[in-house]
Amino acid sequence: METVKNLIFILMSSVLVNNYVLSRFLGICPFLGVSKKLPQAAGMGVSVIFVMFLATLATYPLQHFVLARFGLEYLQTIVFILVIAALVQFVEMLLKKYIPSLHKNLGVYLPLITTNCAVLGVTINNITDGYTFPEAVVSSLGCGLGFLLAMVLFSGVRERIENCDAPECFKGLPVTLVAASIVSLAFFGFTGLAENLFA
Amino acid sequence: MKKETNLSVFLRGLLIENPVFVLVLGTCPTLATTASVVGALAMGLAAAAVLVCSNVAISLLRNLIPSAVRIPCYIVIIAGFVTLVQMLMHAYLPALYELLGIYLALITVNCIILGRAEMFAGKNGVLRSALDGAGMGLGFTLALLAMACVREIFGGGTFWGLEIPFISNYKIEFLTKAPGGFLVFGLLIAAVNAITKCRAIKKKDFGCETCPSAGACAAKPCPAADENLTTKVGMTEKEEKENGNG
Repeated sequence: METVKNLIFILMSSVLVNNYVLSRFLGICPFLGVSKKLPQAAGMGVSVIFVMFLATLATYPLQHFVLARFGLEYLQTIVFILVIAALVQFVEMLLKKYIPSLHKNLGVYLPLITTNCAVLGVTINNITDGYTFPEAVVSSLGCGLGFLLAMVLFSGVRERIENCDAPECFKGLPVTLVAASIVSLAFFGFTGLAENLFA
Repeated sequence: MKKETNLSVFLRGLLIENPVFVLVLGTCPTLATTASVVGALAMGLAAAAVLVCSNVAISLLRNLIPSAVRIPCYIVIIAGFVTLVQMLMHAYLPALYELLGIYLALITVNCIILGRAEMFAGKNGVLRSALDGAGMGLGFTLALLAMACVREIFGGGTFWGLEIPFISNYKIEFLTKAPGGFLVFGLLIAAVNAITKCRAIKKKDFGCETCPSAGACAAKPCPAADENLTTKVGMTEKEEKENGNG
């Protein structure tokens, strides 16, 4: 029971309170770049959940059974980014061969995710926060869901911004960032939610 | 004559092609580490060091790396230098190491560094690549400092940890938090736009430039790209020609 509680706590805090995009500033580039239309934003979000999940499955055992055992923790950054890059390539090839319909929808986003800092961020955070394996998996799913939530919400905001009449020098990126600030402010309201969930 | 071109390679990154305010690359550290001036300076200099080293290494190896696997090779080289910087900071500047935390490791996936490797160091000589790295790195540092000054002075009422007499009574604490980061970044880009009369950014709305793998996927159709992609591809070709001629 206690572990389930803990897992729900981790999930809630990574989706809402410590949302990777809006309060930890990870994965800002795709957040700004691919949130113009809802289907693209959702596609990117789903792909990120998928890759974060797989990356955690791959890097967590690697850290504990290979790097930590042989005292190679200092290679963490290099190994993790390589594993993520290889994994993304591998998943893309598998999808292309066996599930072409899914590849058609998600395939285009996969190469972009290799250098998404949110993915590397999740895998490293899972280690530094000292999570157990189930906790790490839940946290990776939570962060992915948080990313999807932020993308989908913001794509709705973006569609309204496209039609608004901003001052000349605010057009494009600046007005989008100001809107992102307001969305981030909304998420700020979740502070303390997870802590008080079981209080 | 040669010297002048080298100088312009160096200066380009500082203002005209400032990686943060004009090219809009490396947004994650720009937002995350600028709550304090110290953090911003440390982040900027660490990234600049990695950028110069990786540019030099990639430029030296550019004829050995097969172009089909160049992106993974670049990433490994960059990750190696990031690990070096991490170890040095952990040993000699532990306080800063704690302050930057995960963002130090995430220099690996900073799009400025991979972007410069792909767009410049892979095609140019060692000296010019080093100068380009130094210019872009300094431009990145200056941009971070500008963000951090606004956020720390008006948000915290301090500068470099020292309290500023009058402003600290009227500080806007929201600026040091996450939403304030987005707001200040937006306002500063708008200010840069206003100064350059919207000329610099108008061509580049959102598209592949803002995506971390811009360099990696230039050949493939990018999901985010509509008309922007063509502008971007056109521009890189132009840039290549200029580099080839110069």
